[in-house]
Amino acid sequence: MEFIISILAGVLFATAIYNLLQKQFLRLVIGSVLLSHGAHLFLLTMGELKRGSPPILTEGISDYTDPLPQALILTSIVISFGITSLLLVLAYRTAEENNTDNMEQLRGNENE
Amino acid sequence: MIFTVLIPLLLACFIPFISKFKHKIHTGVFVLFIPLLVFLYFIQFVGSGFEPVRHTYNWIPSLGVNFDFHLDGLSLLFALLISGIGTLVVLYSIYYLDRSEPLGHFYVYLMMFMSAMLGIVLSDNVFVLYTFWELTSISSFLLIGYWHFNERSRYGALKSMMITIFGGLSMFGGFSLLSVITGTTSIQSMIANADVILASPYMPLAMGFLLLGAFTKSAQFPFHIWLPDAMEAPTPVSAYLHSATMVKAGLYLVARFSPVFGDYEWFFIIVSMAGIVTLCWASYMAVHQTDLKAILAFSTISQLGMIMAMLGFGTKAAIFAAVFHILNHATFKGSLFMVAGTVDHETGTRDIRKLGGLLTFMPITATLALFGTFSMAGIPLPFLNGFYSKELFFESTLGLQEGMGATASFLVDIIPYLAVLGSIFTFVYSLYFLFGTFGGKTQLDKLSKKPHEAPFGMLVSPGILVLGVILIGLFPSAVNGTFIAHAAEAVYGGEVVKDVYFWHGWNAPAFQMSLVVVGLGAVLTATRTRWNGIYQVLPGRLSVNKVYDAIMARIDTYSRNITTFYMTGSLRTYMAIILSTIVVITVGFMLATGGFTIDFSNLAPVTVIELAVALVITVAAVGTIFANKNVAAVLIVGVVGYGVALLFVIYRAPDLALTQLVVETVSVALFLLCFYHLPKLKKRNESMNKKVVNAIISVGFGAMMTMIAISAHSSDWFGTISDYFIETSYSLGGGDNVVNVILVDMRGLDTLFEITVLGIAALAIYTLIKSKTRKGGK
Repeated sequence: MEFIISILAGVLFATAIYNLLQKQFLRLVIGSVLLSHGAHLFLLTMGELKRGSPPILTEGISDYTDPLPQALILTSIVISFGITSLLLVLAYRTAEENNTDNMEQLRGNENE
Repeated sequence: MIFTVLIPLLLACFIPFISKFKHKIHTGVFVLFIPLLVFLYFIQFVGSGFEPVRHTYNWIPSLGVNFDFHLDGLSLLFALLISGIGTLVVLYSIYYLDRSEPLGHFYVYLMMFMSAMLGIVLSDNVFVLYTFWELTSISSFLLIGYWHFNERSRYGALKSMMITIFGGLSMFGGFSLLSVITGTTSIQSMIANADVILASPYMPLAMGFLLLGAFTKSAQFPFHIWLPDAMEAPTPVSAYLHSATMVKAGLYLVARFSPVFGDYEWFFIIVSMAGIVTLCWASYMAVHQTDLKAILAFSTISQLGMIMAMLGFGTKAAIFAAVFHILNHATFKGSLFMVAGTVDHETGTRDIRKLGGLLTFMPITATLALFGTFSMAGIPLPFLNGFYSKELFFESTLGLQEGMGATASFLVDIIPYLAVLGSIFTFVYSLYFLFGTFGGKTQLDKLSKKPHEAPFGMLVSPGILVLGVILIGLFPSAVNGTFIAHAAEAVYGGEVVKDVYFWHGWNAPAFQMSLVVVGLGAVLTATRTRWNGIYQVLPGRLSVNKVYDAIMARIDTYSRNITTFYMTGSLRTYMAIILSTIVVITVGFMLATGGFTIDFSNLAPVTVIELAVALVITVAAVGTIFANKNVAAVLIVGVVGYGVALLFVIYRAPDLALTQLVVETVSVALFLLCFYHLPKLKKRNESMNKKVVNAIISVGFGAMMTMIAISAHSSDWFGTISDYFIETSYSLGGGDNVVNVILVDMRGLDTLFEITVLGIAALAIYTLIKSKTRKGGK
């Protein structure tokens, strides 16, 4: 199963990168969201999948899944959420100020 | 001795204050005593029983970089030249420069230069020598650009800077190699270890770098081009830097290191050929110039070439002649520059086509010029020092036969002829300079001022130098015995006592060569206007200057082209470059080191639910690319997010699933909020090429990440540390939820800063939205 999740993470990365290479700011935001999903899955497979109970200590159970990647992912989710919302507002403000969300048009003047 | 070197620099600090009184007294008057003091200090060493003096002052002892000053015959000769001519130049400049000029700057630069030059010739430490070397480049740059409002001055200053610093840096490379090879930074120890250096495989490289530095500084072909352009400097500067001192720094370097490389055949070939070619080319070019100072500049180049050639010959006679000519050239060339400056000062032009017949107006100047030029031309008269060294030069070209390789012995055969050829042109331009300025018809209508004799003070310095020319000419043996011989011994490494006589008899080959020079030179001078057309053919369109200009222009254009090629300003290009670099390097490295492994043994079983969720996520992710409506895109992204949350559920991560669900919901809401204001998602109207490139990069990146994930999973090098967290979660952290205990207890710092990130993001969003009203929106 780890390999399938690895491939899934790869697919997420690929689609994220494809979106990042587009012109529209929106697609860039979508790309970054997909990228963070990919990264989270990537982290998750680094621990071992499905080797025990959820990491909540219970009487009689000694086999738990790896809690460390989960903690890391949790941190990462929050951070990427912060970044995503900032990017979104930035996209909104950029489009409002410049009347475009085309990255090619946001390049500014030549020779700058 | 360190104070002698630093005195000019230290006292220069006071010059700006003194120069405020320039309306009453010329600043130069105060400056005059500085070089005089230095000169008087060094003159005490002159004598037949001279022994090298050594002083050490620590600077960076841990790196072996110290002010080690070593005063031997060669250093003494140069130190006397620098301080002596320095005194005369300051004296001359008092009359040459007007009080309205920024004199403070001038003398500060000049004293800085003097310190640097003394530092070069006295330093025994290669890195200290290099420091002073670059200081001469910098002060020379400042002095050439003294009249900075003049465009030609700035061009000349920049050019000399580029070329000499280029050489200086390569010399630094040579020094570094030498000090690595020998393990010492002292030149004297390097000379003592010459056999170690000669045995090293890096020796040719070190020598090449060193010679490049010497050739650029001493204006050897093809690096001579900066010197004629440096003539935009005030004439005292040209007289001092660009005839007597700085341009001889390269000669000093070659002379200093010739005990190290002297036995190497290619040292002979490179140095003597560079010298001879420079001698011939520059003396040939000098005849073509119309500016007095340009004639003198090319003349300086050719004379430097002659000395360089003799240093390359490396025989006892040649070294002696080279050192002797260093002194002689400094005296007559210094006086000639001052003469040219005087003519310029009194007539308002340096153009030889406008000048002529000044003998009647400026008889004293003309007499000084006569001695200078005749000495330069090497006319056989017993009171001209130039003749002695020229004859010694001819003599040394003839005595080169011992033990040379094939290439070298071929050169040995042609060198005397080339030497005569160069000397003939030397004769021609010397007389051209003299008669073009002082002979012929007067053209008063072309002059802006009515010419008259220069003030007495302006004639003192060239007068003293010409006196030197005559005295050395009359008593060559006295001068040689006292300090030229010591200098030559320092270079040659053995006893070089040589008496110089004027008369060797009619049959002496050197004298016959001198006669050929005078005879052919006289003929060529008389017919100069007839063969002048040859310059349309030989330099013609070929010019080293054009090569230099083209190189500089190309560097500009090419670097601009390269920058505009990849600095497009387009985010996509940068992303593409960054990502493909990551992919190429990572995949390449993995394949090269066999990093890709796959191991099916330790895998969780595949279930239908997981497969279904993975499939949904895949379809949704790919769908984002094809979605053309805002809402559709948001929903599809939401599907991916909820799908991932579902995977978290399946993989026993309740906290993650919870957070992911909430965050995804809020994100989707935010997306919708923003998308409402944003322009509509557009159909991508990109070219097929770009799409293909994008697809290749993204698929490559995805594949790379999969590769890494699989390889990482398949190579289990060490166990997890999570057992510790699970075991101690309750006993140390007091909680059952291990993930939460890790977040707030075991790794609480992560959480603190993650909170900070959220806070900053919130503040930034607030600011972004608020700033709208201040700027007035659209």
